[in-house]
Amino acid sequence: MADHAVVADDEVDLSRRKFLTRATIASGALGAVFAAVPFIESWSPSERARAQGAPVEFDLSKLEPGQMATPVWRKQPIYVVRRTPDMVARISGHDDQLKDPQSKDSDQPPYAKNDVRSRSPEFLVLIGVCTHLGCLPKQRFDKGELYPSWPGGFFCPCHGSRFDLAGRVFDGSPAPINLNVPPYSYPNARTLVIGADEKGTV
Amino acid sequence: MTVKTASGAPAQPPAADTGESAGKGLWAWLNKRLPIDEFITSQLTAYYAPKNFNIWYFFGSLALVVLVLQLVTGIFLTMFYKPGELTSFDSVEYIMREVNYGWLLRYLHSTGASAFFVVVYLHMFRALLYGSYKAPRELLWLFGMLVYLALMAEAFMGYVLPWGNMSLWGAQVIVNLFGAIPGIGPGLVLWIRGDYAIADATLNRFFALHVAAVPLALLLLVVLHLVALHQSGSNNPDGIEIKAKLGPDGKPLDGIPFHPYYSVKDLVGVGVFFVLFAIIVFFVPTLGGLFLEPENFELANPLSTPEHIHPVWYFTPYYAILRAVPNKGLGALLMLLSVSAFFFLPWLDRSPVKSMRYRGWMSRTALALFTVSVLVLGYLGLQPAEGLYVVLARIFAVFYFLYFIGMPFYTYFEKVKPLPDRVTYRAH
Amino acid sequence: MRTDADRGARKRGVPHRGARVLLAAALLSAATVPSGWAAEETAGGGAGADWQSWHANTEVTDLASVQRGARNFVSVCLGCHSLKYQRWSRLGQDLNIPEPLLQKSLLPPGDKTTDYIVTTMPAADAEVWFGKTPPDLSLMVRARGRDYVYQYLKTFYVDPTRPTGANNLRLPATAMPDVLSDLEGLKRAVFRPAAGEGAAAAAGQSPMLDHFEQIVPGQMSAAEYDAFVRDTVNFLDYVSEPTQTARRALGVWVVLFLLVFTWLAWLVKRDYWKDVH
Repeated sequence: MADHAVVADDEVDLSRRKFLTRATIASGALGAVFAAVPFIESWSPSERARAQGAPVEFDLSKLEPGQMATPVWRKQPIYVVRRTPDMVARISGHDDQLKDPQSKDSDQPPYAKNDVRSRSPEFLVLIGVCTHLGCLPKQRFDKGELYPSWPGGFFCPCHGSRFDLAGRVFDGSPAPINLNVPPYSYPNARTLVIGADEKGTV
Repeated sequence: MTVKTASGAPAQPPAADTGESAGKGLWAWLNKRLPIDEFITSQLTAYYAPKNFNIWYFFGSLALVVLVLQLVTGIFLTMFYKPGELTSFDSVEYIMREVNYGWLLRYLHSTGASAFFVVVYLHMFRALLYGSYKAPRELLWLFGMLVYLALMAEAFMGYVLPWGNMSLWGAQVIVNLFGAIPGIGPGLVLWIRGDYAIADATLNRFFALHVAAVPLALLLLVVLHLVALHQSGSNNPDGIEIKAKLGPDGKPLDGIPFHPYYSVKDLVGVGVFFVLFAIIVFFVPTLGGLFLEPENFELANPLSTPEHIHPVWYFTPYYAILRAVPNKGLGALLMLLSVSAFFFLPWLDRSPVKSMRYRGWMSRTALALFTVSVLVLGYLGLQPAEGLYVVLARIFAVFYFLYFIGMPFYTYFEKVKPLPDRVTYRAH
Repeated sequence: MRTDADRGARKRGVPHRGARVLLAAALLSAATVPSGWAAEETAGGGAGADWQSWHANTEVTDLASVQRGARNFVSVCLGCHSLKYQRWSRLGQDLNIPEPLLQKSLLPPGDKTTDYIVTTMPAADAEVWFGKTPPDLSLMVRARGRDYVYQYLKTFYVDPTRPTGANNLRLPATAMPDVLSDLEGLKRAVFRPAAGEGAAAAAGQSPMLDHFEQIVPGQMSAAEYDAFVRDTVNFLDYVSEPTQTARRALGVWVVLFLLVFTWLAWLVKRDYWKDVH
């Protein structure tokens, strides 16, 4: 009869032991998840990042028809184009050459899911970053500028993606979808606010 | 008598693994290539520890927990902190105000630093109480002392990083101490600082050391400390070696497998610790200026010395000893001795018994006096070095050293009590 | 994307939405209203010898008080002092001040809500005028304590020997002029004749105050001025650590959870240790 420290006690209630152990492990796991939250959340944009990424105001009255300005929002160039009526007309007529003419696969707010991909035909607001690998497309607004049937739009010099005057991507481009449209709104006729719309601040 | 695990299954791993289920297959595959099962068995389920551990035996595992906490919170702080005399202070406020839960990361780390020392000092005290530094555990003790030194360096440099006014001036005082070394002193101080005063150069190199170099050294030393521990096995409050009485299965009669008994018990210790820790972090993170000093909420100013410079509480006993001596070189030397004296304990202690439970009144008095001295010196280190405070510091510094100096004598000559045959244990 | 409205308040330390307390009235009213602090003997005139034991007794959870303090700061202090770690927008969120009101009543013209609160006084000029740049006050309460700031704002006295014409008991020879004299009035400090006057002066000890004497009354009564100072100190307490309210709130849950966990762990331990004899 050994007087060992630990006696295998057949009366040990194994089910109670199992239950308690499992309950403790479960609450420990829960605690670990709670504890992980601050660490993971700390990676989300800080107040400084959010402040720097706050909506940006742009004065539309300075923009001439046919001109494009490039304000910066969230460290990205925003293409603001004041389209002439001729430019607006050149948006249509080549839907068969586009990858996503209805913008079904592309990324834009609901008010930009239309023929002109903007709230109003006059102003186009796009994120000026090619949806292929992120270069900045160049403006090629004139008809025939790239080749005789070119209706006008954007051309990305890195890998040759082409977009029309509504930012929609042409077949044969490496870019998969149309140029993205940021949330934006017009608090009044002269002012464009990029980064805020009816849903609030993004 | 076989030891059973919680589920009633034997502690040893199953003999032949047929690899039926995918899980078993993967486990077997891993175990052929890494000694996982072997490790679990030899270090946890078949590693025996004395059954009579008391409250003093919680602090080793707690120290490990705090180490992990500091590493994790420290790494995350490094993601937002920007070292540099123009950016450090601002980046800390950025963390406190603008990083999501940054305030929590900061307080966890600052409270963790103090908690580390609370835990380590209690852990060391256990060794003094039960003679855990005596043969065959001398190397275990030395590794532990090296961990302690590394910890002090880590905490000192960490405190400089926020670049508050106490960061600057505390660093100024401590680094200047090295100037007391005869001959090479002034050159050494210049070399440590990298500039003619504590400045950006010093801050940046302390950052590198604090974030990378010393943590690596700490981890290595902690591993060595644990390996040495497992080699000899733990001491216990009775100070008798449990390996001296083995059962027919070759296991100590007074031992129990670390897992599940001490894993489960240590978990309770961890819980209690975290309750107290959380109360401080969430309700009194500065602890009245002891954990986060108010002077450090002002930017470092080389032209404005704080009224009372003192280190954080965990260094103040040594600081009191330093200031007790009117001579700079001698004070520095004595401070060095007050830390390094611990290294010699295994050889100063000539008692035939390990634990205070069986020692004579001289050892007990000496330890009590030593403990009181450390606490009083700690308090004095926080006060200005004037008048009565200096007198008391001198008195208690003498008591402090008497503990070590007298030890070869009072441990040798005192009458000890007879040791029990088996450990004393009350079921709980 | 998640909007700001979706984000949990806790991680930025915004307190839970309290009641919107008389906010517009508080912000738009020109005169201060006694905040209802307990009537302690802390008046600036008459008494005062015990100034070193005056306590601010502010509660940072008193949102109305902190809001008034914000208004006080903007109208009186912002001319010279910055709060360079605090954003206007954060102020609005934490103190339940809607953005239009923030813009109209607090934000200086030209500042965006996301800007940090920075004074327009050029630091170089300030150093010439005052001999010292007015310090940033973001962390003043953390660095010196609420009571220090409270005592500082309440112990200005007339002193013709100083370039500003004023001195301060809490910080003798302060470079700051008595900008609050409009509100508090002007008071003189009457000191106790020291027992060994020569020796005391030689030892560099400041003379002990016997009492303050009001020379010129201010716009506010003693009680009103006291409330003004307390609200301002309360506000600076908030600015020192904007996350403190959320910290304490979260702490309650964390400690409760840990108590439950520890209890469970203890039950497990007790069960296993039945094996041990």
